[in-house]
Amino acid sequence: MAVMSMVEAIRSTLGAEMERDERIVLLGQDIGVNGGVFRATEGLQRRFGEDRVVDTPLAEAVIVGSAVGLAASGLVPVPELQFLGFGSQAFHQIEGQVARMRSRSAGRFPMPIVIRAPFGGNVRTPELHSDAHEAKYAGVPGLKIAMPATAHDAKGLLAEAIRDPDPVLFCEPLRGYRLQKDEVPEDDYTVPFGRARTVREGSDLTIVAWSVAADLADRAATRVEEEDGISCTVIDLRTLVPLDETTVVESVGRTGRALVVHEAPLTAGFGAEIVATIQEAAFWALEAPIGRVAAPDVPYPIGAIEEDYIPGIDQVCAAIRHVAGTA
Amino acid sequence: MTVSGTQASAGADGAVRVEAPDPLQLLAPDGTLAAGYEPSIGDEELVQAFRLMLLSRATSERAVSLQRQGRLGTIATPDGQEAAIIGSAHALDPARDWVVPNYREMPAMLHMGLPLWRFLLYYRGHPLGNQIPQGVNLLPIQIALAAQVPHAVGLAWGLRQQGSDAAVLTYFGEGASSEGDVHEAMNLAGVQRAPVVFLLQDNGWAISTPVSKQSATGSFALRAAGYGFPGELVDGNDFFAVHEATRRAVERARSGDGPTLIEARTYRLAPHNTSDDNTRYVEAATLEEARERDPIPRLRAHLAERELVGTEDEERMREEIAVELAAAVKEMEAAAEEMPLELLYDHAYETLPPRLARQRDAALAERDPS
Repeated sequence: MAVMSMVEAIRSTLGAEMERDERIVLLGQDIGVNGGVFRATEGLQRRFGEDRVVDTPLAEAVIVGSAVGLAASGLVPVPELQFLGFGSQAFHQIEGQVARMRSRSAGRFPMPIVIRAPFGGNVRTPELHSDAHEAKYAGVPGLKIAMPATAHDAKGLLAEAIRDPDPVLFCEPLRGYRLQKDEVPEDDYTVPFGRARTVREGSDLTIVAWSVAADLADRAATRVEEEDGISCTVIDLRTLVPLDETTVVESVGRTGRALVVHEAPLTAGFGAEIVATIQEAAFWALEAPIGRVAAPDVPYPIGAIEEDYIPGIDQVCAAIRHVAGTA
Repeated sequence: MTVSGTQASAGADGAVRVEAPDPLQLLAPDGTLAAGYEPSIGDEELVQAFRLMLLSRATSERAVSLQRQGRLGTIATPDGQEAAIIGSAHALDPARDWVVPNYREMPAMLHMGLPLWRFLLYYRGHPLGNQIPQGVNLLPIQIALAAQVPHAVGLAWGLRQQGSDAAVLTYFGEGASSEGDVHEAMNLAGVQRAPVVFLLQDNGWAISTPVSKQSATGSFALRAAGYGFPGELVDGNDFFAVHEATRRAVERARSGDGPTLIEARTYRLAPHNTSDDNTRYVEAATLEEARERDPIPRLRAHLAERELVGTEDEERMREEIAVELAAAVKEMEAAAEEMPLELLYDHAYETLPPRLARQRDAALAERDPS
């Protein structure tokens, strides 16, 4: 089994899927000759030709909007938004068109579209490149949202997304593209949507996270175990829609305490949905109020101050101690 | 119109205007054809197109009446735009070409094969009204103005990529042309040389906003030059001008020469929709003058002169249309009786996520506690 970075896993999966299904077409800015600004599509245009790996004009709305027509024509489009922050330029096409075409046509026009979008901070990008906008999309019925935390899952979830007959927003963490490396089987496999990954099992507290925050939570759990003897379960949701409520609720039922960690701002973040879910289904198991660690409710800042914006390991450890009642 | 031949000049007010030529006109208001023009549409199809114009106008009248009775919801009718819509749709081959409509193109949708009752079902507010039957090459009605234009480009590009020689005809208005989606879509279409025909109907009004407040251009067709493909301004109330321009554009699309923008200058004779009162912003005299340019009498005069449709023929057509319309309303109302709650849920995803499946089950249990 090879150790791969997340971007390598994504690149090889795109290639393998395009080999498997000739209806798959990639489109986006700089994805062809340049192989994408993060090299996620490197070599694919040479391999599959300009008709299947298409450099588009700089125009997010039509990158997504044309994917609607490509899908209606019988193809399987995989548009790339160069950054999720610029997804707002295409939001009306995603929310108003992609996500509801199956529904409003009563099944006549399914939309097997995967919108790939890098997001997330800690890599000192220019403004508007790093926002964690997942909650905005989680409020769009008709869409699914995958947020892999490992290279293994990036492969399995991307293959699953491409084979899914419904539209998927596939969020790739900038921070994880090269830093996140783990073992990726060479064989074809998929990771089903709506099945969370239990990163570690512990008895005192359940931490729910996704994407790079799952790794952050895991590191924080290691530290509090060593320093305070607090034993945490860490759950990586993998997909926000569909949501694996069962794994979360069962775990909180065992530990009696819960903490949600995410990189997006606190208010109306997806953590609020997790908290509400736990409250509905596991209220009587709770021994303490549910905690949340999130970014402050300010616009994503310019690079040099972003470490003060994104939740860090110290904040997560403090929150664990607080929820565990040891602080 | 050759854009390269146009002249830009600054007017007295300092605004730069590009001179637009007169719209292409092949059918004079008195029903005579331009000298030397031989219609490419056959007589039989021409009569069918005229009948569709009558059906469209009759359906509008009936739909407004049904809306007033509470039997249909808010509806936007195509009155006055029948030549622009039907002239262009008749340049397509419904078996291989596609239409990507806005919401005012009912007769084009019918021409592509959408049953009239199902069209009416949409305006009844029923969730199956937008379920285009398999084999009908039509995307659903679009309510978010201009959002359909990128879809048309992707559809055209995708069909060509799969070896088809289909053309895609998309409709939008001069109001929608102010949206960014139109710019992005035309730009991509030019780069991809997508086999798409952009049919811009300038009907004078975006609800109450006149075209003069929509754009300072002398002609929307001029924009095509900026995207690297031809644009043509036509008299949108002239069936033959619209048909001929669209036929040429479809030909270009089929033979790999890429997109065309057609600006059909027409006039909206009805209010924007059944919730609108156009007497608040259209002068009665202006509307009266516009009625003089109604496309239906113009084509009628031509058909009479060529003895293709006489008064008695038209009377017979109207009787048939009344029967057809009554049957469609009846079928629509029968279909609307069936409104299973499952329809609210079952098409959101192919397989409902567990959370949604639970919501569905709870709603069904609430409706039928047994």
